[in-house]
Amino acid sequence: MIEVEGLTKRYGDKVAVDRLTFSVRPGVVTGFLGPNGAGKSTTMRMILGLDHPTEGDVRIDGTHYDRLKDPLTYVGALLDAKAVHGGRSAYHHLLCLAQSNGIPRRRVAEVLDTVGLTAVARKKTKGFSLGMGQRLGIAAALLGDPRILMFDEPVNGLDPEGIHWIRTLMKSLAAQGRTVFVSSHLMSEMALTAEHLVVIGQGRLLADLSMSDFIRQNSRSYVRLRSPQRERLLDVLHQAGITVVEAGGGALEVEGGKAEQIGELAARNGLVLHELSPQQASLEEAFMRLTAGAVEYHAHTGQDAEPQDWGAGWKEA
Amino acid sequence: MAAVQVIRSEWTKIRSVSSTLWTLSLAVVVTVALGMLISALSRNQYDGMPAREQLSFDPTVISFAGMTLGQLAMIVFGVLVVSNEYSTGMIRVSLAAVPRRGTFLAGKIAVATALALAVGMVTSFAAFFLGQTMLGPYRASIGDPGVLRAVLGGGLYMTLIAMFSMGVAAMLRSPMLSLGILMPFFFLVSNILGNVDATKKIGRFLPDQAGSRIMEVVPRAADDTPYGPWGGLGIMALWVLAALAGGYLLLKRRDAQ
Repeated sequence: MIEVEGLTKRYGDKVAVDRLTFSVRPGVVTGFLGPNGAGKSTTMRMILGLDHPTEGDVRIDGTHYDRLKDPLTYVGALLDAKAVHGGRSAYHHLLCLAQSNGIPRRRVAEVLDTVGLTAVARKKTKGFSLGMGQRLGIAAALLGDPRILMFDEPVNGLDPEGIHWIRTLMKSLAAQGRTVFVSSHLMSEMALTAEHLVVIGQGRLLADLSMSDFIRQNSRSYVRLRSPQRERLLDVLHQAGITVVEAGGGALEVEGGKAEQIGELAARNGLVLHELSPQQASLEEAFMRLTAGAVEYHAHTGQDAEPQDWGAGWKEA
Repeated sequence: MAAVQVIRSEWTKIRSVSSTLWTLSLAVVVTVALGMLISALSRNQYDGMPAREQLSFDPTVISFAGMTLGQLAMIVFGVLVVSNEYSTGMIRVSLAAVPRRGTFLAGKIAVATALALAVGMVTSFAAFFLGQTMLGPYRASIGDPGVLRAVLGGGLYMTLIAMFSMGVAAMLRSPMLSLGILMPFFFLVSNILGNVDATKKIGRFLPDQAGSRIMEVVPRAADDTPYGPWGGLGIMALWVLAALAGGYLLLKRRDAQ
């Protein structure tokens, strides 16, 4: 159990983390979601006592991280896979961590086997690919057989096989009753692994809810229509008591409508339809709507509906 | 016990990177080889020296002449042991494993110091005995008054140089910055300050100037240094203490990166 209370981190005038309060419960994968620069990594570093909070408090099973005896047996974390001495072998990297927490030497071989690095255990880590580095970081996190696991963007830069492996691993760790806290900036990734979501933007808490609630609240389904007899179609739908909104490009949208029902209605009235398609707003879109006001680095791709001044994004931030 | 675990872990760290081996072996080889060379040269020049210089001829110090250069390898060792953690990002992994920062730093310094002491003593004794062989008829014996103290002192001097570098690296974090300050300071600046009349009185309180006093056996002519061999080493130890205290305070206060 991780409890974060009023956690704040300021660098000069800039607020990286702003009065965050949430808790991470055991037995489920909790996704920590936010756009790049939202303060996810800073929050994770404060949970591990690496960065000192400006204000607020973090407790691990009720205690401060630096009060834990042999902390690797409570919390295992992968923050940055590149944070290893490249001249040291994978085996020695894990061995020095194990020794510092009184973890038996045989655990090193076990976790190397779990992540599939046994064959390269004696090789210097500077020759490792990104995926191998990520696996080594996960081996280090698993070393103390901890009840709490924390991963910062674990699938970044991995190939599909590696991504699949990590997803399965996280789910199985949670199924064993452990607390799994994993950050990502991709909603689609979280949708596949997380059961609970903590969403932040610009350091502030935007949502703290279960994945199923998030989907229920945010997945919008509608039917899109296109017809050369647009005015008549509008009349027919109106008479049938169906609310229609105009979408861009001459299309019409019926919120929550059934495609079959509308199709039959059009046929009865002899209307020509060029499009009749059920649509589902993706979770990614829902996530973007949620964090829209809190994105630090806006990309101006020309798809933005409202014209904006260049640089308006960072001026607000 | 936590301290024992940290020491075991730091020992694994230090012995599993190649920089440990090459910096320390360089310290031994350079100090001993250069000391032998200068001892051999001094032997040939002895007869041509003025009587006053012959009187203050100190064979023990001459065999330690290679330390001026050999200490630079000790500095690199001390700097890398600490700053490696920062330049690789390993510090975040290390402090997540050992969140008590005082315990972490003390364990690291203890292991590196023990290793530096062992290597320093080997270097000092090897430099002395091989240097004396080169000096032939003008050699000193380990049993002569003050000589054993000087040879042991040579080992302690190298250890303290390494410790001072660890403290500075703990404060500055960057290996390039630490080396960029320490190397020219000990190789050039300190020598200049110690030999120019105007700054001599301050220069002799610098860590290396004060500490190297322990390796002298024959008193210098017209010597007005206000401290003896052990006093000098004590001054050096105070510098080391200050550097380590600074490193500890900054490590405790700063975010780990």
